[in-house]
Amino acid sequence: MIPLQVVVLLLTALGGLAVVTSRDPLRQTIVSGLYGLTLIVLFVVFQAPDVALSALVASTVAFPFVVLSALAKLRRRPPR
Amino acid sequence: MSRTARLRLFGVSGVGLAGLLVWALTGLPAFGTFNGAYGWILIDVAGKERHVTNVVAAVVFDYRGFDTLGEEFILFAAVMGVAMLLREARDGRDRPRDEVRSDAVQAVGLALAGPTVVVGLYLVAHGYLTPGGGFQGGVAVAAGLALLYAAGRYRSYRAASPHSLVELGEGTGAGAYASVGVAALLAGGLYLQNVVQLGTKGFLNSGGTIPILNTAVGLEVAAATVLLFHEFLEEVMYPE
Repeated sequence: MIPLQVVVLLLTALGGLAVVTSRDPLRQTIVSGLYGLTLIVLFVVFQAPDVALSALVASTVAFPFVVLSALAKLRRRPPR
Repeated sequence: MSRTARLRLFGVSGVGLAGLLVWALTGLPAFGTFNGAYGWILIDVAGKERHVTNVVAAVVFDYRGFDTLGEEFILFAAVMGVAMLLREARDGRDRPRDEVRSDAVQAVGLALAGPTVVVGLYLVAHGYLTPGGGFQGGVAVAAGLALLYAAGRYRSYRAASPHSLVELGEGTGAGAYASVGVAALLAGGLYLQNVVQLGTKGFLNSGGTIPILNTAVGLEVAAATVLLFHEFLEEVMYPE
């Protein structure tokens, strides 16, 4: 295992931890997008560019987009 | 359950899980070993048999083309489900609320929208030559369009992706994939068998039916993702 791979694996582990420890849904969405970015770097470093591209568009664009728009909708609803 | 009972349960299951994990990890093959015989064979034969340089594309759109047909219809059905759940009759005359006021956000969004769409089209067009393909490129195209919305131009975003055209694209993409399979049957082959001339390896004109299926998936995925964005954005832009 080359040092770069060790660094990326550690970064991914830290990213996953950051996602589960953030409590505010809005913050968690952004953090999960950044975690997705560490996963993408992981795939590139482990020589899986096709998977990296799929993860890039799914985890940093499509998923946050859907969650953020749902959060925006909820936030606008007046509290009961 | 009392606190001590819960802690005890956690302790027992935690130790059990740790034990199982250690057992599994010690039994793993050494780092970097790959025992997939199928993978080694494909790396050898895919280039010669299908004249493509991206073996992943050959697997997705040829050797396992039937699986991709199923995946494409999963996406199709999922987006149709979202559209049926969220669609409401809106006359569209009332002005949507664009709340982006920051010049920086508008400038960055607008500057990135065009290049993102171009990168997406490149990924679709070269999916069987370099890493990428219909799925990745399709979502990238949709992301480029969504950037228009993020830049506070909801109207330009809707103008760039007319609903009827996007729906047509989604249906055409899904239908085209299934039709290529039927065309192979009519040509005397098996369903989704590669019956077209394979062309020269490394050129855009290579791979037989792989580029056709790849483009169909690109169209379907781009349209499906844009439709998904439409439905969610309508909920945000037109609050009741």
